[in-house]
Amino acid sequence: MPDTTMTVNWRRRLVLALLLAPALLWLVGLIILPHVDLALLSFRERVAPREYVPSLAQYRTFFAEPLYWHVFVRTALLSALATALTLAVAFPIAWVIAKVARGRASALLFMVCLIPFWVSETVRTLGWMILLRESGVLPSLLTHLGITAQPVELLYHDATILVGLVYTSLLFMVVPLVGSFESLDNELIEAAYDLGGKGGAILREIVIPHAAPGITAGCIVVFMLTLGNYLTPTLLGGKNSQWFTEQLYTQFITRFNWEQGAALGFLLLGLSTAMVWLGLKLSGQRFSDVMRRA
Amino acid sequence: MIPSLPRPAWLRTATNLYVGAFLVFLFVPLVVVAVFAFNDAPYPAPPWHGFTLDWFLGNESSGRVGLFHDRELLGSIWTSTLVALCVTALSVAVGAANAFLMERATFPGKGVLAVLMLTPLVIPGVILGISILAFASRLADFASDTFGVEADFLRPGLPLVVLGQFSYIVAIATLTISARLKRFDRTLEDAALNLGASHAAVLWNVTLPYLRPALIGAAAIAFLMSFENFNTTLMLVGADSPLTIMMYGRMREGATPVLNAVSLFLMVASALLALTLMRRDSRARR
Repeated sequence: MPDTTMTVNWRRRLVLALLLAPALLWLVGLIILPHVDLALLSFRERVAPREYVPSLAQYRTFFAEPLYWHVFVRTALLSALATALTLAVAFPIAWVIAKVARGRASALLFMVCLIPFWVSETVRTLGWMILLRESGVLPSLLTHLGITAQPVELLYHDATILVGLVYTSLLFMVVPLVGSFESLDNELIEAAYDLGGKGGAILREIVIPHAAPGITAGCIVVFMLTLGNYLTPTLLGGKNSQWFTEQLYTQFITRFNWEQGAALGFLLLGLSTAMVWLGLKLSGQRFSDVMRRA
Repeated sequence: MIPSLPRPAWLRTATNLYVGAFLVFLFVPLVVVAVFAFNDAPYPAPPWHGFTLDWFLGNESSGRVGLFHDRELLGSIWTSTLVALCVTALSVAVGAANAFLMERATFPGKGVLAVLMLTPLVIPGVILGISILAFASRLADFASDTFGVEADFLRPGLPLVVLGQFSYIVAIATLTISARLKRFDRTLEDAALNLGASHAAVLWNVTLPYLRPALIGAAAIAFLMSFENFNTTLMLVGADSPLTIMMYGRMREGATPVLNAVSLFLMVASALLALTLMRRDSRARR
């Protein structure tokens, strides 16, 4: 019956086209074309009103102007530090959830760890501001206890920014870590112990190699989110925050210098992509697996 | 290290202390926000001046504008809700279509498409915002230069905010729905087809009911992520501010405890949402 086969074929194509259309509209219209446009924008220079020539001027400005690349390097380093700190804080908790606590206690602890992240970042940052500002809870507590004579300003330091960033990122580290610890067989640890392995050696030779995919997934996501964060650094760091996203905002929204803003945006995107790529290369994993894990 | 191995007492104590300290770290900021919503003082700072509901109920005549009389704040909550509803509807619909596309269809270039669908998750939100802003403006300029049409929806404003948030939230919806569709037993569909059901009837009566938990889960995540989004929204926002943008603006100026009140409201709302979802989840598992 060639007639029916043709209808079936035709129908199948129609369904495929209908399913492909929204995906392509989304990816081409909202991701690919806007980024191509951003690239074009970053490679041009305004010579007269509404007249542009292709040029590398925006990127040259970035390297010539110390403010730009200082802030860029600073943001990258602080993000890396925040990622390392998040890993250090999250590692023991994830271990307790996955291996030490049992049954209900473990489920409860896990749930309790997730709760703050149902609340918006704005609210969490407000909490830190009330706690740390000069007239806030912690400085007045310190004076009260006689530790400091005067209330000290705990906001607007790099350390404050780091605390806020670690706090905001914890969830994205705890979840993949718990996942990869849970898949580690307890018998492996017991066997290592019976063979005379000490805690440190077991950690180095069994736990960390096994959890490497989870650690990578967590670090990639946390680094990327930290690098692109705007709210936490600007509110907790104030004028001293000097976060790179702030300069993007200034160029795009305040100064309306879209060409310069586009170039800065591309540099940020480049750094973020490079770190994702590096993380994947170092741990030998595929992008899609890592994203599913996270 | 694990309970089946001998653990020295100091390690057990250290573990408990660490967990305790961690929980304090997690909850102190939230508790502080909630407590100072009830402080009888014009700033959310110690010392404690007594309990008041002014920051919820106060109106202009009492000199303190509480949450329920703060037109600006209420308006921004409404704006956020509206945006979140649009983003949720769009993300779940397109996410479901994407799930069927990736799990059921075969076509050339599928591998590339699968990777592309994950890329929005590794692009910083600020960049998604500025790229969509720049591209939309280019389209709007083009429309006005060539056809003399003013495409206002392509200028900064709520339609662009919806598109910007959708551009990455749909990737999460796709992952959630695909994961469940992948586990679906296709013989159920074949059985229904053999019994004479049409394709549409099978989809409606067999496949979609199975996907329901994933669809609801994806909708809840999409709503929450949209409501809380800041980075992408900041770049695309026009005259009407969603709640996060409004709160940010006021936090920079040093606001009254009305912000604590609205935060408490948000905490209660998301706690209710979380509890409802978890209850559904545990019932579905039983």
